[in-house]
Amino acid sequence: MSPLDRKLWRDLWRIKGQAGAIALVVAVGVALLVMMSGMLTSLTETRDTYYERYRLADIFAPVTRAPLNMLERLAVIPGVASVEGRIQGGALLDIKGQALPVRAQALSLPPHREPHLNGLYLSDGQKLTPGRTEEVILLSSFAKAHDLQLGDYLSATMHGARRSFRIVGFATAPEFLFTTAPGEFVPDDARFAVLWMNEDALAAAYDVKGAFNEALISLERGARPEPVLAAIDAALDRYGGLGAYERGDHMSDRFISEEINGLQATSLAVPPIFMGVAAFLLYIVITRLVQAEREQIGLIKAFGYTDWEVSLHYFKMVLVIAVAGAVMGCLLGIWAGRAMAGIYQSVYHFPFLVFRVDPQSFVSGVGVSILSASAGGMLVLRRVFALTPAVAMRPPAPMDFSRTGALNERLKGWLDQPSRMVLRRVFRNPGRILGAVLGIAVGMGLSSAQLSVMLGFDDTLDLTFGVIDRSDVAVSFFEPMPAKAAFDLAHLPGVIEVEPTRAVGAVLRNGLNSYRGSVTGLVEDARLNRAVNKNMGNIDMPENGIVLARALADILKIAPGDTLQVEVLEGKRPVLEVKVASIAETLLGSPAFMRMDTLNREMGEWGRVSGAYLRVDSGQLPVLYEAVKETPSVAGVSRREDSRAAMQKLMDTGAGAMRFVMAAIAGIITFGIVYNSARIAFGEQSRDLASLRVIGFTRGEASFVLLGELAIVVLLAIPLGIGIGYYLSFLIAAGFSTDLYQIPTVFRPQAFGTAAIAVVLASLISGWLVKRDIDKVNLVATLKTRE
Amino acid sequence: MNEDIPNTFVTKGLTKVYGEGPAAVHALRGVDLEIPRGEIVVLLGPSGSGKSTLLNIIGGLDRASDGVALFEDQDLTAMSDRALTRYRRDHVGFVFQFYNLMPSLTARENVELVTEIADDPMDVDEALRLVGLGERMDHFPAQMSGGEQQRVAIARAVAKNPTVLFCDEPTGALDSKTGRAVLHVLNDVNAKLGATVMIVTHAAATAAMAHRVIHFADGAIRRVETNETRLSPDEIAW
Repeated sequence: MSPLDRKLWRDLWRIKGQAGAIALVVAVGVALLVMMSGMLTSLTETRDTYYERYRLADIFAPVTRAPLNMLERLAVIPGVASVEGRIQGGALLDIKGQALPVRAQALSLPPHREPHLNGLYLSDGQKLTPGRTEEVILLSSFAKAHDLQLGDYLSATMHGARRSFRIVGFATAPEFLFTTAPGEFVPDDARFAVLWMNEDALAAAYDVKGAFNEALISLERGARPEPVLAAIDAALDRYGGLGAYERGDHMSDRFISEEINGLQATSLAVPPIFMGVAAFLLYIVITRLVQAEREQIGLIKAFGYTDWEVSLHYFKMVLVIAVAGAVMGCLLGIWAGRAMAGIYQSVYHFPFLVFRVDPQSFVSGVGVSILSASAGGMLVLRRVFALTPAVAMRPPAPMDFSRTGALNERLKGWLDQPSRMVLRRVFRNPGRILGAVLGIAVGMGLSSAQLSVMLGFDDTLDLTFGVIDRSDVAVSFFEPMPAKAAFDLAHLPGVIEVEPTRAVGAVLRNGLNSYRGSVTGLVEDARLNRAVNKNMGNIDMPENGIVLARALADILKIAPGDTLQVEVLEGKRPVLEVKVASIAETLLGSPAFMRMDTLNREMGEWGRVSGAYLRVDSGQLPVLYEAVKETPSVAGVSRREDSRAAMQKLMDTGAGAMRFVMAAIAGIITFGIVYNSARIAFGEQSRDLASLRVIGFTRGEASFVLLGELAIVVLLAIPLGIGIGYYLSFLIAAGFSTDLYQIPTVFRPQAFGTAAIAVVLASLISGWLVKRDIDKVNLVATLKTRE
Repeated sequence: MNEDIPNTFVTKGLTKVYGEGPAAVHALRGVDLEIPRGEIVVLLGPSGSGKSTLLNIIGGLDRASDGVALFEDQDLTAMSDRALTRYRRDHVGFVFQFYNLMPSLTARENVELVTEIADDPMDVDEALRLVGLGERMDHFPAQMSGGEQQRVAIARAVAKNPTVLFCDEPTGALDSKTGRAVLHVLNDVNAKLGATVMIVTHAAATAAMAHRVIHFADGAIRRVETNETRLSPDEIAW
């Protein structure tokens, strides 16, 4: 090993604390990069493979009841590769030991063959035996949630009739990666089931013998979906087509696609912040090192080493720190990625999800860290070049503070000398101080914004379940019923109040902008489920006109006063022209509201309801549930408390860990900056500190001179961090809000408090580490050295 | 020795050992010494003879391994860190070879650094005039010559009205002209303020201006001389 390399390792060992802190910042940046891009690759590849292997349809075409020969008509539409017809319907499952019936979706499987499209992955048990109407295959996550075994019997109400089924297999399917009960947005394995049954059995149950009520279509490679959708709608129109839609509009795919998009955005935005901080730290640390070693540099040059050789020596130091951090980051990223894959696996039902990092992620992780580190290092190397041996070996002149002159007059009189020393150093190195302030502020802003957004979910819960929906139980019917059906519910045990509602599927259109959703009809003085305005006040449903959720109005680019086209997908499928009356605040979904009687009138169906919101006596719930199970028209019952609890649970599991990670991010960046700044200030000022001690300053007073500068940095960084976090939270909220859920941006003091505490703690720890060294300063030795 | 004048320092068996076992270095080997108040004392001796170590211990910068060092009847060797800080703050002025000024403070502010914490300081302007720097008090160290910086250091050391002024190679980094000017200042401080001045130096000629000269070798005092007639710094051969 050359003597210079030996010097390199010994120098690194000497500054191991600082080098470690920088490597840690690099490591976190690389770890996030590796984890996120790895997760991105894993999710995308797993999803695509899963979709392909189990032949997920490109187009879903629900229809009321179409004869089987229509499938041949669909198959010849140009661009269509294959077609499958199936029967699907809602069911209520009666689970032993549980009063509330569970909503389920039943799907048919063709006899004697695999389905052409939308296959399923049988994880346990066996396939259905043709002709056995009592056999079912159950969604495995649901089975797991209720501890159901193969051979167990299930009791289900389908189309008003109670039937008993035997479980023969457990399966997952690509169309159920993400399962929520209809109308809900949070997955809850226990509260929604999928059953696969023989075609005959379902045809009998739903009275669709010789017909299908959902067509699945796959497209030829490169075929444009729009003309195919139009052709399908035209073909199915007379059979009650409910509007064909693409895979991208399918709930399960929507959720996972949003997740992947979010991950992609984050993976591009977050790691660069760490790299920037690392580059800044390397710059200030190596600058200080070069300054302290100027005599050695002069000497080495005097011996005959070239500028390049000497520069390379210092550049190697940058490289070692960057590469060490990057390697640490790669390992950390893999570990974190595996843990994250576990979380994803619990939310999205992949049959397998192997966390796999694209080797390119490693390459780019290491490459990016080396590049950013070099950027910091290069600036310093200019100084190494500039040093001539003669200059380098002369003792350096005292640092010149005369340029801080303008400050001097003002400082006089109201500041003591130590405070002046602190302030003059701040003003002499404004760039360094600014860099440190900015670095800490960005780190803090990043974590406080993320935390703020996460805490905002509480608002989502409060608004959704406290203000908008104040019912205890929501009941939905299989099909639109006369209003009497809703009022019959009032006679069930424990029911205090009933509020009927009518929801119809519709495509909302404003020029080129359209949205496939539904219109909810509310009663005139809605109390249990309402539309509210910005001030949380009730919006009176206008006699004519429609009220749109803000997210929906944004998608449709429409404002109050404009006219909206509503293509109803049910009944006589009228196309309505309605004026937008006002905008409602919602955070879950993108609903549109009309007055129920107006909606019914426009539909040409008088006095119809599709469900009802109930206020009930909680003591009588079990009896009520029993009674509901016996009511044939009821398709589903959901308790608001359960929806809220499911959402809360999801937030809590993710949030606890995220809160910690976010605080750690702020903490690590702060620690890296404060600790390094402190070490550097200490290196530059150790003689000053020793002099102060000799003059008779106490340890505390001497430490103030050094740590005061850092206190200023931290005190400046915290308000700036709050400002950055505040605006960043709007960006994040806007970036992550979709029509499925909107992220509210509310100033959350706790979020900023947590991040600020992490910053202060990290500063205190680094200050304490350096204070220990100040206390250990050998007064005599320090004063006799020439800097 | 003169029995009428009280002693500033008395040491008995003062010993300092660095390290342990076979690697131990005996910097002081049982030094007995009395320094009367108000004298200029020059400590002479080769490098490593122990003179700086003695200065550091009685200056409150370092601790003895054994023995006693009394400052006006207070035992420095028994003092806590806090008490030693107090002692330096109230009684001691230091001047070093490399000045050790705060680069971020002007000449005046460097002196104020001390007057702010001292019990009975002198006027800052007066301290700077004493060292002949009345004109340049608002300059930063970077704007001054070596001699000027050293004079600021002396002003800073004397501004607290110290009982004792320790100077470790005060002229070591200066040319003869500036060196002499610095010695003049030290002479004045002794004469006008009555402070005991202890100077550690390699330059044997400096001894001619002292009341008392202590010769060090191998961690012990070889001999002590008193000058009947003292020379002015101008007369010292450099």
